[in-house]
Amino acid sequence: MRAVITSGRDPRPPGDSGGGSAGAGNLAERVFRIRESGILVVLVVFVAVTTLAQPRFLSEANIQFILVDTTVFALLALGETMVVISRNVDLSVGSVLGLSAYASSNLFGHHAGIPIPVVFLVGLAIGLVCGVANGVMVAAGRVPSLVVTLATLYIIRGIDILMFSGQQVVEAVLPNAFLAIPKSTVLGVPDLAIAVAAVIVVGDYYLRNYRSARELYAIGSNPEAARLAGIPVGRRIFTAFALSGAIAGIAGVLWAAQYGTIDSSAGTGYELQVVSAVVVGGVAIFGGSGSVVGAALGALLLGTITTALYVLGISPFWDQAIWGALLLLAITLDQTITERLTSALRQRRTRHV
Amino acid sequence: MSSLADRLRAAGRGAARWETGLAIVVLAVIIGGSAASPQFLTGSNVFDMGLSNGEIAIMTLPMTLVVISGEIDLSVASMLGMSSALLGVLWSHGWPMPAIFVAVAALGLAAGALNGLLVTRLRLPSLAVTIGTLALYRGIATILLGPTTVANFPTAYTNLGVNGVPGTNGDVTYSTLIFVVLAIGFGVVLHATPFGRSIYAMGASAEAAQFAGIRVKRIKTVLYMISGLICALAGVLYTFRLNTSVENNGLGLELDVVAIVLLAGVSIFGGKGSMIGVVLAVLVFAGIQNALLLTNFNQEATGIVTGALLLASVFVPNAARWIRHLTRPRTQKA
Amino acid sequence: MKSRRALALALALPVAATAALSACSSSTSGTSSSSAPASTAASSAASTAASSAASSAASSSSLKTGLKVFVIPKQLGQSYFTTADSANSGGAIAALNALGETGTETSGTAATPAAQIPAIQAAIAKGANALIVSATDPTALCPTLNAAMKKGITVVTYDSDAPTCRSMFINQASTAQIGTSEVDVLAKELNDTGQIAIVSAASSATNQNAWIGYMKQELKKFPKMSLAAVVYGNDDATTSTQVTQGLLEQYPNLKGIISPTTVGIAAAAAVLDTPKYRGKVLLTGLGTPDSMKKFVADGTVQEFELWNPADLGYLAAYAAVELASGAITGAAGQTFTAGKLGPFTVGTDNTILLGPPFVFNSANINNFNF
Repeated sequence: MRAVITSGRDPRPPGDSGGGSAGAGNLAERVFRIRESGILVVLVVFVAVTTLAQPRFLSEANIQFILVDTTVFALLALGETMVVISRNVDLSVGSVLGLSAYASSNLFGHHAGIPIPVVFLVGLAIGLVCGVANGVMVAAGRVPSLVVTLATLYIIRGIDILMFSGQQVVEAVLPNAFLAIPKSTVLGVPDLAIAVAAVIVVGDYYLRNYRSARELYAIGSNPEAARLAGIPVGRRIFTAFALSGAIAGIAGVLWAAQYGTIDSSAGTGYELQVVSAVVVGGVAIFGGSGSVVGAALGALLLGTITTALYVLGISPFWDQAIWGALLLLAITLDQTITERLTSALRQRRTRHV
Repeated sequence: MSSLADRLRAAGRGAARWETGLAIVVLAVIIGGSAASPQFLTGSNVFDMGLSNGEIAIMTLPMTLVVISGEIDLSVASMLGMSSALLGVLWSHGWPMPAIFVAVAALGLAAGALNGLLVTRLRLPSLAVTIGTLALYRGIATILLGPTTVANFPTAYTNLGVNGVPGTNGDVTYSTLIFVVLAIGFGVVLHATPFGRSIYAMGASAEAAQFAGIRVKRIKTVLYMISGLICALAGVLYTFRLNTSVENNGLGLELDVVAIVLLAGVSIFGGKGSMIGVVLAVLVFAGIQNALLLTNFNQEATGIVTGALLLASVFVPNAARWIRHLTRPRTQKA
Repeated sequence: MKSRRALALALALPVAATAALSACSSSTSGTSSSSAPASTAASSAASTAASSAASSAASSSSLKTGLKVFVIPKQLGQSYFTTADSANSGGAIAALNALGETGTETSGTAATPAAQIPAIQAAIAKGANALIVSATDPTALCPTLNAAMKKGITVVTYDSDAPTCRSMFINQASTAQIGTSEVDVLAKELNDTGQIAIVSAASSATNQNAWIGYMKQELKKFPKMSLAAVVYGNDDATTSTQVTQGLLEQYPNLKGIISPTTVGIAAAAAVLDTPKYRGKVLLTGLGTPDSMKKFVADGTVQEFELWNPADLGYLAAYAAVELASGAITGAAGQTFTAGKLGPFTVGTDNTILLGPPFVFNSANINNFNF
C-alpha cells in the first residue's frame, strides 16, 4: 500500500513513522534524546574533571582553540551522519577535504583578489562533484558503499597528489580576510563555531521534521521494506552522498583558512576519525537511528579529549588508546540502549494486542 | 526467496567466474609487466615483491575467512604494530627470543579474542568495533614503545629481510614461503572441511546457520583469534625484515589488506569468496604496484590504480549480472 | 534508463580520469613539475648552475657521464624535497643533468620505510649506478642499502642519515650547529631569559632527536632559560597545531618555542598569529622562507633558519657522482668541487656539510622563493 505523497513537510510529530502507535514513537524519540544528553553529560563531566585538575583548561583561549579545531570535524560529522543513517558509509571525506583545500586555496595563488565567497563556492562544487560520483555509484550501481568510498578515497587522494606535484600553498598567498575567518570571535565565541552550530541546528530540524529525512531513517532500518513501501531509496541515498561531499568541500576551504599551509597530505586519515565521532555521537553504524546533534557532540567530545590530554600533560602517547577505548565504550552503550529499547517496544506492542 | 543451499550454490558459481577473470588479469599483468620492463620477471624482482608484500599477503588469509563469515576486521595493521612493539620492548629488556615469541603469540590471540568477544557476545557491529580496536591496539603499541626505536635484533632473524629461502636461488622470501604454506592450509580448511562450509553458511545467513546447529558465535570468535595470531606473526616478520620496532610499524596497511580481499571477489556481505581468488588478487596487487614502479610511472598515482581496481571488483560482477538480467525474457508485471 | 546512463558515466569518469592523468603525467616524475612555476631567482640560479657546472665538469674530467642516478627523498609530495630534488629549482636533478647523468626522483607517498623500500628496490632493479637517499629510518633501510652497495651501487644519504649503510652523508649543516644555533637565536630574542618549549616532528626521526640533544646541551649555557617540554607534531598540520595549543595552555609562562621542522613551525606560527600571542611568545625554528613570509611581516616570527634545500640536493648529486666515478672514496680529508657551490672537504664519519644554517629575517626573506 503506497502512502499518498503530497508535500514534503509533514506535520505529524517527529519520530512517529506513521503506522506505529504514538506511544512507541515518543518512547524512541525520548530515548534518542537521552542518548544525546548522555554525550552532553559525559562532555560536561569530562570538562569539569579536567578543569579541576588544570583550571586553565576553561580559559577563553583554550575554549576557542577547541571550538575552532573541532569545526571541521563537526561539519564532516554532519554529512557522514546522513550517510550512515541510511546504512552506508562515506570513507572518502578526508580525500575530498584535501582536494577542496588544495584547489580552492590554489585559486588565491593564481587569481589574486578573487572574492572569498567564490572560493567557497568552488570548494563546495568540488565536494559536490565527488559526492555525486559516490552517490551515483552506490545508488544506481547498488554496490556496497564501503567498497566504493574506499576506492574513491584512493582515487581522489591520488588526483590530489598529482595536482600538487610536490608543491604547497603557503599563508603568504592567502588573503588576510580569509585567514581571519577562523580567528574572528563574537563575545569570545568563534564565529565559525556559531555558524557551524547554526548549520547543525538546521540539519537537526530537517532530520526530525521532513518526510524525506524520515525516509532516510527507514532506509537504514530496513532497505528492502523501504523499497517495498515505495520510498525512492536510490534518490535518497544519492542525495545523502551528494550532501556529504558538498559539506566536505566546504570543510576543505575552512581547513585551508585554519591551517594556512596546505599540501597533498591535508585531510589524510580523517575518515576514521569522523566515523568514530559519529559512532560516539550515538549514530548506529547499521543505520536507522542517530542525530546530527549527537554526531557533532561526538566530534566535540573527541576533540576535547585530545586537547585535554595535552593540557593535562598526560603523555600524548596515550591519546590513541584512550580514543579507542572510548569508541568501544560508546558502541557498547548504544547497543545496550538499542536492545533495551527494542524489547521495550516489543512489550508495548504485545500489550496493545 | 532462495534457500540457504541455493544461495551458496549460486555463490559458488559466481566465484568460479570471478576467479577466471582474475586469472586473466594476472596473465595480463605478467605479460604487460615484462613487456614494459625487462626486470619484471627476474628472480631478484620476484624477491623484492615478496619482501614488500609478504606481510600484507599473509594478513589477507584470516581476513578472507572473517569477511566470508559476514564480519570485518580493520584492526589487523594495529595488531601487527602492537606485536612488533611488544617484540621490541621485550627484546630490549633482554628476554630470550623463544619466550618473546610465546608472549607475542599470546598477545595476538588475546587481541583477536577481544575483537571476537565484542562482536559475538556483545553483538556489536564489527566495522565499528574494529575501528575502535584499530585505535586501541595502535595506542597500546605507542604506549609500549613510546618514542624509542629498537633496532638491534640478531642477524639470524633479520636475515629474512636480506636472503631468500635456501635452495630457491635466493628468489623466494621467507614471507612468501609462509604465505604459500598458510594459503594452502587456509584453503583446505575453507573449501574442504565442515568448519569451512559453516563459515560460508553463517556468512550467507547467520540465523539460518544458527538454526542449522552451527555455533556461529564460537566460530566467529575463533576466526578473530586466528586473525590476531596471524597478524602477530606478520608483525614479527615485519619487524625482522626491517630490523626495526617502532610504534608506527604497519600504519595504514589495513586498507591494502581489505582492498586485496575485495579484489579477490570476496563479497563484503559475506558468504562468497575463495582462497584461489585471494592468491590471485595478491598477485595482481603486488604485480601492478611493482610494474608501475619499474616503469617510471608517476608513483603518486598508484593510489588511483588501486582505487580503480577496487571499483572494477564491484562493478564488473554487477555488470555481468546486469547483462544477464537484460537478456533474460521479461516476466509479466504484477 | 536514466540510472544506467548515470552508471555508465560514473564508470567512465574514473577510468577516463586515470587514463588522462597517466597520459598527461610525464614518464619520469623527476623532470615533470607542472604546477607552481619556479621563481625567477631559482631559474637564474639554475642557468648559472648550468654554465658553471659545465665549466667545472670540464675541469674535473675524471667524472663519468651517463650514470643512472636515483634521488629518493623521504616521500614524494613534500615541497622541501621537491625543491631539493628537482631540476627547476636547481636541485639534485639539475646538477645531474648538468653533469651528463640521468636523474630520476622516486619514493613512496608516505614517509615510512615500508613505502620507501620498494622504490629503492625498483631503482636497483632498473640498473641504478648511484642512490641519493633521505632515510625515513636510520636502520630499516640497511638491508636494502647494503645489498645495493654489495652490487657496486654508490649509496649516499642526504638530509636524514642511515649511518651504518651508506658511503657518505651530505648534511645540511653540522648537527651540533643546527641545535646550538636554534637556541642561540631564541636566546638572543628573549634576552637569555624565559621558559621555552620544542615542537618537533615524529618522535623517532633521527635528525630531530640529534638536534634536540644539542639544543638541550646549549640551553645549559643560559641558566635563566629552561625547557618546559618537547612535544611531537608528527609533521602533521592538525597534530602540530594541537600540541602547540596544548603548550600554550599548559605553560602560561611560556616565552618561546623552537620548531625545527618546516611543517611544525608553519602550524605553530598560525596558532601564534593572533594579538594575544604575537610578540609575547616568540617562535623560531627551521622553516621555508615562502611559508614564513607572512609571519615575519607581521612580527609573529623574528628570525628563523634553514638552508637552501636546492643547494643540498645539488651538493648531494655532485658527491654521488664523484664517488661513483671513483674520483673520491669518501674518506675524511678528501676534497672535490661541487659546481657552482665551490670546494668541499669530507669530514669525520664520511660526512660533508653544506655550510652553516642560514638565518632568515625581515631584511632578507623577500630575496628567496622557496
